[in-house]
Amino acid sequence: MYVAVKGGEKAIDNAHKWLDEKRRGDLDVAELEVSQIREQLALGVNRVMAEGSLYDPDLAALAIKQSRGDLIEAIFLIRAYRTTLARFGNTLPIRTETMSCIRRISATFKDAPGGQILGPTFDYTHRLLDFKLAAEGETKHLAPANHELAGHLPHITSYLNKEDIIQTEPNTNEPPQDLTRQPLELPAGRDLRLQALTRGDEGFILGMAYSTQRGYGRNHPFVGELRVGDVVVEMEIPELGFSIEIGEIEVTECETVNQFTGSKTQAPQFTRGYGLVFGHSERKSIAMALLDRALRWQELGEDNVGVPAQDEEFVLYHSDNIQATGFLEHIKLPHYVDFQSELELIRKLRRDVQSNAHEVSEQ
Amino acid sequence: MKPLLAVEGISKFYGRRIGCASVSFDLYPGEVLGIVGESGSGKSTLLNCLAGHLTPDLGQIMFHTRTSGMQDILQMSESERRMLSRTDWAFVHQHARDGLRMSVSAGGNVGERLMAVGERHYGQIREKAIDWLSRVEIASDRVDDRPTAFSGGMQQRLQIARNLVTGPRLVFMDEPTGGLDVSVQARLLDLLRGLVREMGLSAIIVTHDLAVVRLLADRLMVMKDGYVVETGLTDQVLDDPQHAYTQLLVSSVLQV
Amino acid sequence: MNEYNFAYLDEQTKRMIRRAILKGLAVPGYQVPFASREMPMPYGWGTGGVQVSAATLTPDDTFKVIDQGADDTTNAISIRKFFEKTAGVQVTEKTSDATVIQTRHRIPETELSEDQILVYQVPIPEPLRFLEPSEVETRKMHALEEYGLMHVKLYEDISRHGAIATSYAYPVKVEGRYVMDPSPIPKFDNPKMEMAAIQLFGAGREQRIYALPPFTKVVSLDFDDYPFEASKADHSCEICGASHTYLDEVIVDDDGNRIFVCSDTDYCATHASKPQEAAE
Repeated sequence: MYVAVKGGEKAIDNAHKWLDEKRRGDLDVAELEVSQIREQLALGVNRVMAEGSLYDPDLAALAIKQSRGDLIEAIFLIRAYRTTLARFGNTLPIRTETMSCIRRISATFKDAPGGQILGPTFDYTHRLLDFKLAAEGETKHLAPANHELAGHLPHITSYLNKEDIIQTEPNTNEPPQDLTRQPLELPAGRDLRLQALTRGDEGFILGMAYSTQRGYGRNHPFVGELRVGDVVVEMEIPELGFSIEIGEIEVTECETVNQFTGSKTQAPQFTRGYGLVFGHSERKSIAMALLDRALRWQELGEDNVGVPAQDEEFVLYHSDNIQATGFLEHIKLPHYVDFQSELELIRKLRRDVQSNAHEVSEQ
Repeated sequence: MKPLLAVEGISKFYGRRIGCASVSFDLYPGEVLGIVGESGSGKSTLLNCLAGHLTPDLGQIMFHTRTSGMQDILQMSESERRMLSRTDWAFVHQHARDGLRMSVSAGGNVGERLMAVGERHYGQIREKAIDWLSRVEIASDRVDDRPTAFSGGMQQRLQIARNLVTGPRLVFMDEPTGGLDVSVQARLLDLLRGLVREMGLSAIIVTHDLAVVRLLADRLMVMKDGYVVETGLTDQVLDDPQHAYTQLLVSSVLQV
Repeated sequence: MNEYNFAYLDEQTKRMIRRAILKGLAVPGYQVPFASREMPMPYGWGTGGVQVSAATLTPDDTFKVIDQGADDTTNAISIRKFFEKTAGVQVTEKTSDATVIQTRHRIPETELSEDQILVYQVPIPEPLRFLEPSEVETRKMHALEEYGLMHVKLYEDISRHGAIATSYAYPVKVEGRYVMDPSPIPKFDNPKMEMAAIQLFGAGREQRIYALPPFTKVVSLDFDDYPFEASKADHSCEICGASHTYLDEVIVDDDGNRIFVCSDTDYCATHASKPQEAAE
């Protein structure tokens, strides 16, 4: 007699033990310390913080270790942890003009007060594999770099602002919505869109932004300014009646200057796209700015040319890699009940067609 | 006799530009009204206001409903308005693609309105669909084919069948023959004239083609820059145009 | 495990979910948006059902989880363990002993009673989604009861295949108003939805909750001349002999020979020990 398979519980336990072994790898190789990941794989840590929506380099590094370097899995760990945290309140908006910049460049002006600061960048490296890194003792070879930080650099776009040549973003003073606390309802405001973009999957945001550059909703972006550095986070303490510094975070901010709008009666003005991402995340913040700009077509009186980057619903519903990966991977769960019903249906339909064909041939 | 549709002072602005301004008219049961003018004259804006696709800035549109007499469609709820547009109204688009479901069979296209108003017998729906296909001169063995496999003229006739299957009382048509070959146009016009007469339909037809209104319309409204510049019986307007613009329109056709 | 609140979610979140559930019960079949939380399991793996269960469970409850009708499928085990750990509730495999049953893809064969709650995991709550991809548009269609398109799909099925070609997630109309997706249960289970128990549906990724109060009228969409049929494999269960239950097909040898067994493992086990009853 047939006996149904049992033992799922044991199988799960065993799978997890095996996973632990695999994570550790060859025991003859030294175990990674979380601090090593935090310090030496910092851009991976940054991505996990940005898409995990939680600024904590140690936890992000731990998540990377636990996930065997699968960054989406690490982001998932951070998200699941984050959702259990109590909220003490909201900080004041960070002021990026006060940032101590390790990097600040503009593509729209050759020079500006404060100057161009190249900072630690992959740009202009020749992408040659550095075999010295494979040998031990890299620190010996490190040549000292100049670390001069520049604080309080004005935003490049503020110079355009003075001429009124770029649109000003009105300050609504309304508290922003939070899509982790409210169900997403459309049309979403720009606050929700920016939140979704900064948490969104880097690959998705990059691909969508790239599509606008190739003509699927082109918006002629210039990088007005890209800046990376630490900003102070302040919080108002009701009992005290004033705000205090609670820490510093590293962020990357990108402001694009885009094609202008205007008419015979309205003087033309450049428009903007905006990107702000936790950590040093240049690619993501530029892509975010391009996509933000593309999504603003309605507000700026442009035509909907029907491209994906203009479709708020499309972008917002598909940018989250935790939602996407969960749903994508759920198809590996058992579906045999549904498949069984499909089997019965297809057999019935085939029977009908075959008996019809038989009747026809007999006629 | 009471009008089916009574339009009073309809205006629609796009910012400071006029879409259409102060349009008023009555449409009686069984009457076909043609609205002519060149592109940009406001005739399509007006049609879309009347059909509930655009909300006018001023004016009222009273429709004689089956259940509760004259009702202002602008005051109706969205669901009442949509109910009207699935039952008593029909809208024939210039491009058949806009009015058809291209991935659904011809039978499904015609049957959709029947199902939307609650018909639940597959055999009867299919029978009615086939009947309507034949009335618009589409062979019954094409009932399971998709419109993508149809010629432009057939697609347009399918769109008409899909619209008329629920026996609407008012049909809006936006350049129904636009984009079709001349020979195909003639056949479609013939068909439309037959259906309008046979079903006693009231219709509002927007077109820039005076031949279309000559054949189909009882009355004409000539529009220019958003305003109605002349109205009257079709033959009267076309044979003895009063307004300078109408004269120009008519003469330009005669020269062709 | 004390690091987490009872049943994992904090009380504030549970209150928010309960409000959505109550609204869902008040408007049967209507999809209530809710601020779905990120759960420690992937979206698409039952996060909606888990949140609804978390908001529904009390310490006195007895909890059962099935996936594909079985208590011992891996994801069912995983979810059951999650609540054992975070809520410390009693768990059971016996349908009649459970007060809350979370399910994926099946309704138990044993008739449920009015003191039970059945929680469904829902992947795509929108029955119109594959006809109309835009959420803005489908919400409008529900609001205005524009369901003609749904029947167009069924019409097309019959025209092409001679039968309605939907075998699971078969759409239903609730109390003559909302068209609802019953989650991907086989259509065999559809008629069971008019039941004594409360039915709650949770879609975590899509942030929707909907519900059916006891004995709500649930009609599977069809045509008068092509009526809905709750079909199953035309066999009996190899193990317990039942002929009226939904069956899984199992390939038993390299030649592809197959047998049929109950998908509801609890029902099968109970009736295999009492063979006379099952044969009735």
